[in-house]
Amino acid sequence: MADKRLDQATGIETVGHEWDGIEELNTPLPRWWLYTFYATIVFAIGYVVVYPAVPLAHSGTPGLWKWSSRGALAAETAGAEQARAKTLAAIAALPIEELPGKPELMQAAIAGGKAAFRVNCVQCHGSGAAGSKGYPNLNDDDWLWGGDLKAIETTITHGIRYPGDDTTRQSLMPSFGHDGILPPGQVEDVASYVRSLSGRVAPGSAAALRGAGIFAANCAVCHGPDGKGGRQVGAPNLADAIWLYGGNQADVVASVTNAHAGVMPAWGQRLDAVTIKMLATYVHSLGGGEKFAPGQGAAPAADATAPAAAQ
Amino acid sequence: MTATTQKPPLSTHAKIERNVSILGVLAFLAVTVGGIVEIAPLFWIDNTIEKVKGVRPYTPLEQAGRDIYIREGCYVCHSQMIRPFRDEVERYGHYSLAAESMYDHPFQWGSKRTGPDLARVGGRYSDEWHVQHLTDPRSVVPESVMPMYAFLKDRDLKAGEGGTMTGEIKALATTGVPYTPEQIAKADEDLKAQAGMGDTTELAKRWPKAQPRDFDGNPGRLTEMDALVAYLQVLGTMVDVNAAAAQEDLAKETGR
Repeated sequence: MADKRLDQATGIETVGHEWDGIEELNTPLPRWWLYTFYATIVFAIGYVVVYPAVPLAHSGTPGLWKWSSRGALAAETAGAEQARAKTLAAIAALPIEELPGKPELMQAAIAGGKAAFRVNCVQCHGSGAAGSKGYPNLNDDDWLWGGDLKAIETTITHGIRYPGDDTTRQSLMPSFGHDGILPPGQVEDVASYVRSLSGRVAPGSAAALRGAGIFAANCAVCHGPDGKGGRQVGAPNLADAIWLYGGNQADVVASVTNAHAGVMPAWGQRLDAVTIKMLATYVHSLGGGEKFAPGQGAAPAADATAPAAAQ
Repeated sequence: MTATTQKPPLSTHAKIERNVSILGVLAFLAVTVGGIVEIAPLFWIDNTIEKVKGVRPYTPLEQAGRDIYIREGCYVCHSQMIRPFRDEVERYGHYSLAAESMYDHPFQWGSKRTGPDLARVGGRYSDEWHVQHLTDPRSVVPESVMPMYAFLKDRDLKAGEGGTMTGEIKALATTGVPYTPEQIAKADEDLKAQAGMGDTTELAKRWPKAQPRDFDGNPGRLTEMDALVAYLQVLGTMVDVNAAAAQEDLAKETGR
């Protein structure tokens, strides 16, 4: 062991080795550092006591505070649910037909529906609910299966052509071209006629005139003699400018050849009834929501007779 | 000058510091103890080996889709692990259980979420949506930054090595995934059957829970899109986490 000695300039002991006259001082650790280090040890002991730490046969020691990440989640969720419970219970207790009569609840329902829409619906219908090809725009007043609150609620609950739900909205357009019901020439003609309904093809054109008869024989059953569609079977209105799968000749021919059968999940299997009710109010509030037909909701039944009496 | 200093506390520590062999042995012991305490319990505590009803190995078609998922680097932007936080549970669904990825080799938990978590994406959207979204993500999610994977629709599925899944399924069985010998032998038949191109009665016998159908909207052809969508549609659907029994089990757990 080399010589240890006190360094004269600093009064601190050297470690005892020397290289070419250079020596090293054995300076002790700074006090603040040392005590911080001791504090971390004390903290660690406390941590082991109150938090889950030591692994045993089946799980770690639970610790005095019984903390668990799943427990923390349950507590936080329960707190959030409690904060919402009163409003949700009020919405749940009210039939959806009567919701518009309570503006405060309606407002809460729309806000709740908006939040649920962002999680569950935006993927298909878009963040602005404007839809895209194959996914309906929910902002307009064109509805396949009905646009009043109750109809929207039913559609959300049971879905459209959803395999797992017995009361899902169901209809199936035949693939007229693919299944050989109509030869390709007639498909072209009927597509021309369909497009003439909304003025995309001159109504008097030869193709449209040829298509009219084919339409009456094959399509009018569901889409109506005037092509305005039918909500009983979710048949789209063909006489307006809104096209779910495109309105070009090629698009319409494709739709007649290989019929589309869009699917919407039955959300009743995933979401609770209140959330669905709130979603329905949100979708209804987007701009296209319809009032209840006379006799169905709170709508006055006298409206229809009033003008007649005045004349 | 002779220094007569007092012996400082922990002076024996100097011995350890100056003897590299002793230092090495003691450092090894410290790391060993740390390793045992941190790693070993994972092999026996309930938290990590909990058994959950419903988890089954992937079918050959799903496994082929999983290979495409890995090949295309989906895991770079998508995690498959819902953590037990309220914001995640409300958005993605019930938090992930360890058993749900027990047959994943390698698991796809991930830690990077440029896109959303996919642990429970199965059954959430229709097949058509997945095909359209993979073809052109911005047509259904305007703000998406996901690349387009339209080419999957045009590539015939050449699953596994040399066009057969048998070898891959066998390799997975070696790692402990409980595939039956029959499932291994008939892997390619089952793959075709699940994609809607074969006899589904045999498939239903070997894979009672498999969902057979044409996934990519092109019934005449078995493409990579079929496999990937089949994989996405099974994610997180095997375990019914909301079943009453499952909830009871979870409620009993402490210390995690």
